[in-house]
Amino acid sequence: MLPAPAPAILCRGLRKRYPDVVAVDGLDLEVRRGECFGLLGPNGAGKTTTIEILEGLTNADEGDVAILGERWSGNTQALKERIGISLQETRFNDKLTVAETIRLFRSFYRTGRDHDDVLRRLSLDEKANARVGKLSGGQRQRLAVACALVGDPEILFLDEPTTGLDPQSRLQLWEVVTKFRKEGGTVLLTTHYMDEAERLCDRVAVIDRGRVIRLGTPAELIGALEASTVVELAADPMPEAARLLALPGVQGCHARGPNLALHVESLPRTVPALLAELEGSGATLLHLSTHHATLEDVFVSLTGRELRDT
Amino acid sequence: MPAPSPLYELTVTRVKEFIRQGEAVFWVFVFPILLALALGFAFRDKTPDRIPIGVANGARSAAVAKALETSPALRVRLYDPVAGREALRVGKISLLVEVDGATLFRFDPTRPDSRMARMEAVDALQRAAGRVDPVTIGEERVTERGSRYIDFLIPGLLGLNLMSTGMWGVGFSIVTARSQKLLKRLVATPMRKRDYLLAQMASRIAFLAAEVAVLLGFAWLVFDVGVRGSLLLLAVICFVGAMAFAGLGVLVASRAETIEAVSGLMNFVMLPMWLLSGVFFSADRFPDSVQPFLRALPLTALNDALREVMIEGASVVAVLPELVNLTVWMLLSFAVALRVFKWK
Ligand SMILES: Nc1ncnc2c1ncn2[C@@H]1O[C@H](COP(=O)(O)OP(=O)(O)OP(=O)(O)O)[C@@H](O)[C@H]1O
Ligand SMILES: [Mg+2]
Repeated sequence: MLPAPAPAILCRGLRKRYPDVVAVDGLDLEVRRGECFGLLGPNGAGKTTTIEILEGLTNADEGDVAILGERWSGNTQALKERIGISLQETRFNDKLTVAETIRLFRSFYRTGRDHDDVLRRLSLDEKANARVGKLSGGQRQRLAVACALVGDPEILFLDEPTTGLDPQSRLQLWEVVTKFRKEGGTVLLTTHYMDEAERLCDRVAVIDRGRVIRLGTPAELIGALEASTVVELAADPMPEAARLLALPGVQGCHARGPNLALHVESLPRTVPALLAELEGSGATLLHLSTHHATLEDVFVSLTGRELRDT
Repeated sequence: MPAPSPLYELTVTRVKEFIRQGEAVFWVFVFPILLALALGFAFRDKTPDRIPIGVANGARSAAVAKALETSPALRVRLYDPVAGREALRVGKISLLVEVDGATLFRFDPTRPDSRMARMEAVDALQRAAGRVDPVTIGEERVTERGSRYIDFLIPGLLGLNLMSTGMWGVGFSIVTARSQKLLKRLVATPMRKRDYLLAQMASRIAFLAAEVAVLLGFAWLVFDVGVRGSLLLLAVICFVGAMAFAGLGVLVASRAETIEAVSGLMNFVMLPMWLLSGVFFSADRFPDSVQPFLRALPLTALNDALREVMIEGASVVAVLPELVNLTVWMLLSFAVALRVFKWK
């Protein structure tokens, strides 16, 4: 029997301290070949620090990293040929055109894709001769991904590839990722959009304060919620969380934007009691809605915070 | 498709980046010409100014004034006696001649112009009174091409320009790329770091010829400044000089994170050379004790070599020490920059 190929990404016990914060605090990950893996977590959770350690851009204080079975030290040049990267914030040279930028990046790799092909794939062919400085935010993001793809990598690292994009551009980027995977590539991405993670990722790790606090397929994480239905409400005055938690079948209660989100086991059991409670306290109901739990609910119940700062 | 060379692509994109910055063209091509024009006309060779003197009104004042006016070095005006002394006191005139009774010169002997006026006035009055000089002395004026101020200035401006464009161009480009995290993105690729830094220097070659030709062509057309030595040697000196300053630019920009920081550093490095390296006046005027230090500065070496070739028509052998100096600066800066350069 052949030995199984080394995982695309493997890290054990990563730790990274900055003067006033421990950004990564004993983090383990294993990403299989051909997998799309998502890192989720609130702002400052340590996603970017982690991904940059894996990319060989930041040195960890402790821990081991193996990319495609190889360590960074001693294999730097060879590994860089095999990965493609889109950083959370890069500004390419404003004075160059899109095509010139892609051609420049292509020249760094011994083998790679045809740059026209990459431009077409990211729908940048019409913008090929436009200056980078004149591109919209979404077009710049696509250019960043194009630069990541042009070296024909085996692993694609994408740090928040769709932040700030309009729905159309996001869809386009999802297609690019999907196509890359069909061709056998591995993807590690970070995102603040739970729908994106549900759509694209085979598995996700929820990270908070530099640690993995949950790991699994999106379905597993949602299924692991004891209460798989969510009731969102707003009332005047807002009822106290403690009283709501005492209602039958309520498993959790979190602020969610202007609303309160209750995780409940069954609507027929909880809703009448909830309405009675509100009426008893003289509150006026302003909003009431229910939905099946999503990855976002998993996240909120895990971290007690909302993923996006909005 | 043949594999493109990263060094070539980096150099070409760097050149394009530079051309597409409008203001760069001004600083490289227009500014040195404006400077040459301003200084060239300010210090152009002309007949020396006449020294203003006064004659106080009195019995013989008209005749004395007439005698004084025969001197080409004096400009004579008649004054009321009180107004004449006042004019002397405030420096409007350098000498007052009083002619009530005996002829009297009133002047301040600590003022060089006054001493000069006195000598000229004595000569003029004695000659008018019939003095015959026992010895005839011939004169030859030396305002030859090659010895004028503009001939001295143009090589200095050329050196200054090679320094400024080299350092500012390289420095801004690197620090902008660093502050926008572009350097970090580049080191995440298999690009060789050496190639990036070499491209910064290589891209200088693209402008060098134009930059030198424009300034020298202008100086030749407008001021009739020529090159006495070999044009090839001049080209070699410009090339080595440009490379030395591009290397220095890479070094100065190797760690700075903001444009402000790198501007400060650039000024710190370049300002002493503006003043000490013999751009506007010869570095020989500084005391002997600091000469070894001045000679070691790359701009001094570049200016000296340019002048030797342009004015004296010197040979390769004569400028060899300067070429060695510049090469050492280039290699040293580049080697140190490669070690200390901050990519993230
Ligand atoms: N270079 C640095 N110096 C000091 N602290 C840093 C540095 N980089 C990151 N940190 C800190 O480390 C923590 C983790 O940051 P990181 O960028 O990894 O978070 P993130 O999960 O990517 O957040 P976001 O979702 O906002 O991108 C934060 O508290 C951040 O302030
Ligand atoms: Mg981040």
